Amino acid sequence: MDATDLARWQFGITTVYHFLFVPITIGLSAIVAGFHTAWVRTHNPEWLRLTRFFGKLFTINFALGLVTGLVQEFQFGMNWSSYSRFVGDIFGAPLAVEALLAFFLESTFLGLWIFGWGRIPERLHAATMWVVHVGTLLSAYFILSANSFMQNPVGFRFNAETGRAELTDFVAILLNKVQLVTFPHVILSAYLVGGAVVMGVALQLMRREWLRCSEIHDEDAGGAADVPMYRRAARLGAVVTLVAGMGVAASGDVQGKIMTEVQPMKMAAAEALYESVPAGEGAPFSVLTIGSLDGERARPLIEVPNLLSFLATGSFDGAVKGINDLKAEYAQTYGTAGMAELADPSTGYVPNIPTTYWMFRLMIGLGMAASAVALVVLWATRRGRTPTGRWLLWLAVAAPVLPLLGNSAGWVFTEVGRQPWVVFGLMTTASGVSPGVSLGEVVTSMTVFTLLYGALAVVEVKLLLRTVRQGAAPFEQPVDPAEQDEDAPLAFAY
Amino acid sequence: MELTTFWFILIGVLWTGYFVLEGFDFGVGLLLPVLGGRRLSRDAADAEKRRRVLLNTIGPVWDGNEVWVITAAGATFAAFPNWYATMFSGFYLPLLLVLVALIVRNLGFDYRHKRPEAQWKARWDLAIFWGSLVPAFVWGLLLTNIVRGVPIDADMEFTGDVLSLLDPTALLGGLAFTALFVTHGAIFLALKTDGPVRAQARTVAAVAGVAAAGLAVALLAVLGSAHGKPVTWVTSGAAALALVTALAANRVGREGRAFIGTAAAIGLTVATYFVMLFPDVMPSTSNPAWSLTTENAASTEYTLTVMTWVAVVFTPVVLLYQGWTYWVFRKRLTTRHIPDDVAPATPAGDATGVTGPVRT
Repeated sequence: MDATDLARWQFGITTVYHFLFVPITIGLSAIVAGFHTAWVRTHNPEWLRLTRFFGKLFTINFALGLVTGLVQEFQFGMNWSSYSRFVGDIFGAPLAVEALLAFFLESTFLGLWIFGWGRIPERLHAATMWVVHVGTLLSAYFILSANSFMQNPVGFRFNAETGRAELTDFVAILLNKVQLVTFPHVILSAYLVGGAVVMGVALQLMRREWLRCSEIHDEDAGGAADVPMYRRAARLGAVVTLVAGMGVAASGDVQGKIMTEVQPMKMAAAEALYESVPAGEGAPFSVLTIGSLDGERARPLIEVPNLLSFLATGSFDGAVKGINDLKAEYAQTYGTAGMAELADPSTGYVPNIPTTYWMFRLMIGLGMAASAVALVVLWATRRGRTPTGRWLLWLAVAAPVLPLLGNSAGWVFTEVGRQPWVVFGLMTTASGVSPGVSLGEVVTSMTVFTLLYGALAVVEVKLLLRTVRQGAAPFEQPVDPAEQDEDAPLAFAY
Repeated sequence: MELTTFWFILIGVLWTGYFVLEGFDFGVGLLLPVLGGRRLSRDAADAEKRRRVLLNTIGPVWDGNEVWVITAAGATFAAFPNWYATMFSGFYLPLLLVLVALIVRNLGFDYRHKRPEAQWKARWDLAIFWGSLVPAFVWGLLLTNIVRGVPIDADMEFTGDVLSLLDPTALLGGLAFTALFVTHGAIFLALKTDGPVRAQARTVAAVAGVAAAGLAVALLAVLGSAHGKPVTWVTSGAAALALVTALAANRVGREGRAFIGTAAAIGLTVATYFVMLFPDVMPSTSNPAWSLTTENAASTEYTLTVMTWVAVVFTPVVLLYQGWTYWVFRKRLTTRHIPDDVAPATPAGDATGVTGPVRT
């Protein structure tokens, strides 16, 4: 293992970890803003209690999303300085714009939202959370345009004199065709996660409240009134999950076709398809494969006829190119100039097949499973029903975990599937690392981040579970800022 | 003006904004054990309330303040990719330290109040203190190193090691920045609180201010003698004057003016650094010809033009809404304003576990 491998592992670990918090931030900010707006419009106490409760979960999650994002921004320069020099002219711009347009918006308005109780008028207060949500969308847009450039470089020219890629069209970067399908796919999967978090948490609390009421044989006592509130939240979460899930599938389908067009090797790798399938025959989609995934052939066990052709081309008997043909094609197009890792005929241009194959399936499978959970929940809670079986707990835990893992799998697939390139067709990952950074330094940062992130995961999960356990706090009429007594204690304080 | 010069100035402005804003919340974090410590408090409960007063003065704003450094780094990446690449890969371990510090500090602010246990709070207090001290010192250390020059080879790669960054002037830079932030933070607290905390913050500011003035004057004199230009002597002098004015205003209880004074002192110090640096962005001590400059480190004209439009249109918007936040939360805080730590409403027993409510 050398510095390059470690830098890659570090990027993988820190990015996957960061992206556990990102979709929750995007999805939950919209839902909390929705709850808050519902409170302002109806003044039904339940909406305010849900706003505050899920808002608390949101801030716990946001804190870790923010700090792990900081690591991402520094990491390009720390571990990938050659990459940063090579594409900085292009890649730096969306990053800087993201900070200026999105991060300021998110941080400032989240501060206003958290501390705004009793200090800013209620409509404005609810609006601050919507602004936070817009900030998360802008942030996603710019960072995904940067990533889309790595998947499908556009709007640039290679300057032989300076030896770097230079921006020629910023609009092309923002409207990259990969970006236009990736953004909806990522945002919809974030809504899916947000819905699933609300669904899972509310289910668990609904069941607990119901059991407690039946224990004390008094339907009206204490939290009895909370059962309908949590059921409603769970159903709302389920609807968001289901609708977003359909959008994720639809956008993912379009994305697959664009991907086949710009990076045919990624689709072939996703399928472990070694031999090309000519037009008219129809390539099958394999559900399960055994045998040598990374060898020269694969032995599929379960196949869906013609599905791969459809996924890749939109036609059930479209031609799909296999890895072996593509290897030769890539070698011809991109050559091996100066990049030793490309010269190896067996691995050059070919990403890690088992990883891409399984991650592709996990991504799809987990996303579909999350939507299935939402369907079950909607069915089980139909017309005021309150299911309380133990199976509900499993669903409650599975609801957020499934799509979060699905997201991770999707990113691992799309990034590993691009290998050996860091910028497709332009620069290999190995040539992007910092030449001046020693193995010892990368080992140090890797160790520090792994230990720190591990410890933070424990603290975060415990805090989240504790907050969930406490449930929504009892209703308290918020103070009107206009009538706020100067000396009264703050409605919210650290 | 050349676009490269414009962006050099803009990055200077971003660092200035960062240090002026996050400077006081670093100061507040550093003063947590002093103004929120047992010695100045009646008892443990009073100390806790005082610490909460301190933290709540920056509660709604620290996160927005921190975005200034994220934007500074992003703007450096976009406008001067070679500067970004050399600096971030060269200062690898110190920046790792800064990252760890900022991570635990931010979580301290966010998580401290989420549980009532004293031990939980005490741990996050430590995280906030060290998480404020480390970046304050390390940023001072690193910026001073940049002005002094570091070993950089013909390929723009940093060739020194961590120990080479610990030179006496750079260490002085770390100390001076830290002392300036403590003073700035104390004056901010005097401006934002009332009662005993306000009075004691002014006393702390007076003491810390003297130390900061001494360290800053020594730093600017040492740096100026080696890298000074006529105009940097002017800005250095103005920085010193601003600090002295701030301390005088603090003495007579004009906290608003004092705050403007320390903000100006910090801003002028950062301006002095950037003027000394220009037209280099990272001078090489190995060979002056290998220095990174606003020209050889820059992005293309096209990128800079696009970025200029974005910056010109959106920076005023950011300043407006960030300024508005300060206006919304302008009220002075005292221990009276701090609500009691209510025991959280836990219906079916807190200890039964997430899956274990009352079983039927």
